[in-house]
Amino acid sequence: MAAHTPTASRRRWGSTVAGVLILGVMLFPLYWMLNTALQPESGLLQVDPVPSGVDLSGFSKALSDQGGHLLTSLLVSFGAVAVCLAISAPAAYGLARFGLRGSRTIVFGTLITQMVPGIVIANALYNSYVDLGLVNSYFGLMLADASLGIPFSIVLMRSFMVSIPGEVIEAAEIDGAGPVRVFLRVVLPMSRNSLITSGLFAFLFSWSDFMFALTLNTTDDVKPITLGIYQYIGAHVGDWGSVMAASVLSAVPAAILLVLAQKYIAAGISGGSVK
Amino acid sequence: MTTSTVTAPVPAKTSGKSAGPDPARQRLRRRLAQWGFVAPAVVFMLLFFGYPLVRNIVMSFQHYTPKTFFTGEAPFNGADNWSSVFQDVLFGQALWHTLVFTAGSLLGQFCVGLALAVFFNRRFPLGGVLRSLILLPWLVPMVVSGIVWRRILDQDTGVLNTFLDTLGLGGHTPWLTSPDMALLSVILVNIWIGIPFNMVILYGGLQEIPRELYEAASLDGASAWRTFRSITLPMLKPVITVVLVLGFMSTVKILDLILALTDGGPADATQTLGTLTYQNSFVELDFGAGAVVGNVLILISAVFAVFYLRANRTEGK
Repeated sequence: MAAHTPTASRRRWGSTVAGVLILGVMLFPLYWMLNTALQPESGLLQVDPVPSGVDLSGFSKALSDQGGHLLTSLLVSFGAVAVCLAISAPAAYGLARFGLRGSRTIVFGTLITQMVPGIVIANALYNSYVDLGLVNSYFGLMLADASLGIPFSIVLMRSFMVSIPGEVIEAAEIDGAGPVRVFLRVVLPMSRNSLITSGLFAFLFSWSDFMFALTLNTTDDVKPITLGIYQYIGAHVGDWGSVMAASVLSAVPAAILLVLAQKYIAAGISGGSVK
Repeated sequence: MTTSTVTAPVPAKTSGKSAGPDPARQRLRRRLAQWGFVAPAVVFMLLFFGYPLVRNIVMSFQHYTPKTFFTGEAPFNGADNWSSVFQDVLFGQALWHTLVFTAGSLLGQFCVGLALAVFFNRRFPLGGVLRSLILLPWLVPMVVSGIVWRRILDQDTGVLNTFLDTLGLGGHTPWLTSPDMALLSVILVNIWIGIPFNMVILYGGLQEIPRELYEAASLDGASAWRTFRSITLPMLKPVITVVLVLGFMSTVKILDLILALTDGGPADATQTLGTLTYQNSFVELDFGAGAVVGNVLILISAVFAVFYLRANRTEGK
């Protein structure tokens, strides 16, 4: 094919150069975040394009101020993932296989929930949370954050479970396995990939959550990193170095997941949206 | 999918009576067990999505004050909340800002996202790696992106103005501090945030288009622009619809980004329906007024959803 001629090859590498430039522009703000974090002494002054040395004092200050909030975020996010998967995996299976009356309505309702603005949910939820004593509690925030991932997970896992061959499940039923056993021993292992993708996204949704953290907490007891950083800029206007260091720390899970679980992320973005 | 039959093994008729329990009861038990799988999710969604919708409508007719949370009293006050919100100039402004913000963001995200998807759809060395790294901005918490941009756009010491200054292009633009500029700046930042998502979905759509179509077009000597218009765009239409609908849903309710960048200011120049709901309810503790604005937000989404569903249906016919 023509791709082997020198001009075509040069053009292909030309595309690579253009691609690197595009990536550079798109990732520049993240570079700047890291760069500013490494120049904590700059304060409110201009930041040099490249850090002159490695000054980690911004990071150590960010860790001592925000370390607890990072742990809170981790705890809440893991809890939200657990709640999300425990609720959505069985539902996805039930909606995919049992042919229950109303299944279509439920799937449709699941899609519609993505239309409800979060601030509207928070508006009503806050009042109920006050009555139930769930304001400023880990459990309350976990439940609210789980709601960010549940519709997505049901849609994603259901579309996968529909494709599990009926014979596999019938074979297990003939061996005498009840529905719960079939689900745990046959369906879940076969759905491993969609389960991981759902869990990852539930984690990312919860980790990025700012609105529920902001609205369902009135004290400092339960403060995830997103809320921590937001309040940090209010209190430390002149201390951009540590604000940016805290921002870098908050972006670490996303970066790790992108490197380690790239294929699941790509699958989730396309699978969850094109139902 | 509508009428998929139950795959329950039919019990043998002769032995059914003496050996096993009543088949009707058995079927009922089976159905109940099956509902057990779905019920928790239904209950959860009713509590976290259905109930807030209803509660917001009720709340919009109640008088909330900061005292409400001590006394527990929020008396009904007719349409007072509605009339006071609609008479407030700020509501009209917020509505307008929301529409401008949504339209501007979607237009920018979509055009750049489509251009990048077409670009990355060509095969070239390292294309896959570069394409996946572009996702990074989308994975960072939005409020954090907002704060980073707040530093970049700082009028006096932000890197953007420093850079423009070096090029001799002014360099004293008050990106976030001038009421005339702030909304535009917020839109530009949101375009940056949305590009990766648009690109990935549109790229997935491009991958589905059969290569033979392009080969046939190039045999016919069609120009690149002609190929794009006659093959790429029509084939991509369903994916484009999905991208725009999802984009609309997530953009119209924006809150995180604006709070991080401008807190709705300066002089309410970036106040949207989302931030106005927040401010009414959680800053001024007037949950009734917040509920009114929230209901308007839902109404906009619902109208949009109806149009979308109707368009989908006619297309299917």
